[in-house]
Amino acid sequence: MTDTVEITVNGRAVKVERGTTVAAALLMAGITAFHHSPGGEARAPLCGMGICFECQVTVNGEAGCLACQTVCAKGMTVVTQ
Amino acid sequence: MSHQRIKTSILVVGAGPAGISAAWAAGEGGARVTMIDNNPLPGGQIWRGAKPSDRQSAQWFERLEKAAPTRIHSARIVSADPGARTLLAELPNESTAAIAYDRLILATGARERFLPFPGWTLPGVVGAGGLQALVKSGLDVRGKRVVLAGSGPLLLAVADLLREREANVVLIAEQAPGAAVLRFGLKLAATPGKLWQAAALRARLATIPYQTNCWVESCHGDGRLNEVNVNQSGRRWKVECDYLGTGYGLVPSTELAALLGCETGADGVAVDEMQQTTVEGVYCAGEAAGIGGVDKSLVEGSIAGYAAAGDESAARALFDDRARQRRFGRDLEAAFALRDELRSLTTPETIVCRCEDVRLSDLDSLDGWRDAKLQSRCGMGRCQGRVCGPAVEFLKGWHPAAVRPPLFPTRIGTMIADDEVNP
Amino acid sequence: MTAPDVIVAGAGIVGAACALELARGGLKVAVYDSGIVSGGASAAGMGHVCVMDDSEAQFQLTRYSLELWEQLSASLPASAQHVYCGTLWVAADEEELAEARRKAEFYQPRGVPAEVLDPRQLAEAEPNLRPGLAGGLLLPADSLLYQPAVAKWMLDEAGKLGATVHTNQRIAALEDDGVHLADGTVAAAGRMVNATGAWAGQITRNTPVKPKKGHLVITERAPDFCYHEVVELAYIKSANSGATEAVAFNVAPRPTGQVLIGSCRQLGVWDPAIDGRFLSKMLRRAIEYMPGIANLRGIRTWTGFRAATKDSLPLIGPCPGYENVWLATGHEGLGITTATGTAKTLAAQMLGTPCEIPFEPYLPSRKAAQND
Repeated sequence: MTDTVEITVNGRAVKVERGTTVAAALLMAGITAFHHSPGGEARAPLCGMGICFECQVTVNGEAGCLACQTVCAKGMTVVTQ
Repeated sequence: MSHQRIKTSILVVGAGPAGISAAWAAGEGGARVTMIDNNPLPGGQIWRGAKPSDRQSAQWFERLEKAAPTRIHSARIVSADPGARTLLAELPNESTAAIAYDRLILATGARERFLPFPGWTLPGVVGAGGLQALVKSGLDVRGKRVVLAGSGPLLLAVADLLREREANVVLIAEQAPGAAVLRFGLKLAATPGKLWQAAALRARLATIPYQTNCWVESCHGDGRLNEVNVNQSGRRWKVECDYLGTGYGLVPSTELAALLGCETGADGVAVDEMQQTTVEGVYCAGEAAGIGGVDKSLVEGSIAGYAAAGDESAARALFDDRARQRRFGRDLEAAFALRDELRSLTTPETIVCRCEDVRLSDLDSLDGWRDAKLQSRCGMGRCQGRVCGPAVEFLKGWHPAAVRPPLFPTRIGTMIADDEVNP
Repeated sequence: MTAPDVIVAGAGIVGAACALELARGGLKVAVYDSGIVSGGASAAGMGHVCVMDDSEAQFQLTRYSLELWEQLSASLPASAQHVYCGTLWVAADEEELAEARRKAEFYQPRGVPAEVLDPRQLAEAEPNLRPGLAGGLLLPADSLLYQPAVAKWMLDEAGKLGATVHTNQRIAALEDDGVHLADGTVAAAGRMVNATGAWAGQITRNTPVKPKKGHLVITERAPDFCYHEVVELAYIKSANSGATEAVAFNVAPRPTGQVLIGSCRQLGVWDPAIDGRFLSKMLRRAIEYMPGIANLRGIRTWTGFRAATKDSLPLIGPCPGYENVWLATGHEGLGITTATGTAKTLAAQMLGTPCEIPFEPYLPSRKAAQND
């Protein structure tokens, strides 16, 4: 049995293996639009290492968090932007 | 929310191979070493997540464990006061730290070079290394169809990981000519360990189509990627896929070094034989000092660590090994040099600066990087030009503007944190 | 190729406005700059277009300039982002509120709309201001624009009238025979205009300007954080106190939703580096007025050099000691505001046409500017 944590993504419960980043969790949950560019394009992770800012989401109410640098924690609430 | 002040003898920035090696070597003589990194766990990009993937990484994680430097993770360096030999870091939960050092070792690594082409902003288009990072941080790719395109051995390393995780790698498109790749392969004979690794890798990837002289020229899909257009010396075809992992080599991450006043160039941070930068007491090792792979990073890290701790003879003992590893880096660069045709991948309508949605045509008739920033907003977004900078440099030959703090978007509360304590 | 009638040195907003005005006056104009268009103080400023009343002459030039901006506004391109957000002067205490009232009483009879706000109205106008402030003064006719785009547009318009622009030409000196470039060549012209801001004193004699360094920070997008150019009234005390260093609370909303945070002044400082301690001081002042600023994310910082004069009025007119050299500099923090009025005032003198405001207070030869 693997150790799992449950987070909430746009109001929906998502269960992932412990140690999974929010970026990986969202992609597995089928999220394609992490945030939108100034021109309104849907954007999703590019660099995977905290540089491009394309994976920004709102985590526990704080906007602009980098999903690829944030590890899922029990009860975490994630909202796409 | 808290602010702490830390004093250390030797501060290592970056916990990838170069940083781990530097911290270990610096600690051998008993110096007080602190290591700071922006990831939750050590390992950098290549050994992400502190999970040993081979004998080499297992050995170095063991050494890190034994050396036991003070480790600060999930921290970003946002500004520097070189005169006071202090860096300011932003930590999670609105916390901050001012870290004072006697000697500083920069092991800030590298990032991928992205080239803009139609459709590259679609969800599903990821950096090759980016995809590797996502998979290592939990992304399940079983059964996913993946195209890897760009240049360099990273594509093969990523393919190997994806294969192991049961993804369906449908194509590896390498822009370099087959002859150059072959020559590079033969040169590996000079470093037997690498040759053996390469041969084993080749065997594992035998079933994956590997095309040279080949690149992805556009991506298509409704809301997310489902197809790429591939070009191989004029022959074009379409490939359906769930992910495109793309990357055209690596770019040294030199921003912190530049902020500290160290001389930097397109090849990375300039260093002397002891890996010392042009600023006394500041060393640089690994990809930030020139792209060359994990073995170069490890040996440079140790040299920098020994040198910073004052053990120059231990550092000198590693010079021959370093020379060999640097040669490998130069061969790598020559073999995977980017072809001119790639410049025409970017159409006038292609978004170049993703943060601000600036298109190539918006840069027409502008007068260099600074003019582009002022007049088109190119490079003015949150990534501060880290993605579009190298792309625009390749497309237009414009060199990035000077580095100023903050190095990353930073809470204003963080920017004033240390002066609050000691105004 | 015949030599131009006039060469304007400096492709910032003042130089660009002068070039356009002179081209419209029928002169053949060339513009030279050591760097890029709008690359000096014009790149660094907030883009604030505001009326000021430190002196009658300052009021005349700013009010006249505001009228000209209003006439120009409709023809500006979208990239100019000209927005009538108004200036909100914040009074922290009763003394400052009295100053707000005095200003309102000065402006209103002179046709400048001005409204004194009580604490409740102030909080409604800018909800992120801290509670407990005494009130404010709203000047709704003030505006914000994006000056690099405006300067570029002005030069493009001048170009349609035959003007040429020469960037990245290092200028060594302006002489009566032309512009002397650092590479030894001379670009000849009938007359020269020095519009190089804080650097003006380096290329002409008898040009008493000093740099007044400023720092600015811009945040990530934070829409609806603030709505006006918001400035503390104590700014007036600090800006004119004669102290060589001062900080003041000053924020402005960009149309992108980003927030500009200023401001500070360091007289006589030429080092372009970010001064971390001084920047912190400026940011702490901003947080005092708007505590929420602490939670915004700063994305970039930069510095710039205002061209300060002894009497805080610009130098517009013939440069003392020359036959053919003119000045359009010394605007300090009002270069963007008064670019339009400066261009008209200079062009009227150079072309011998009537000037809508008296130009004498700005003549470089005036005693108050030259006196040491």
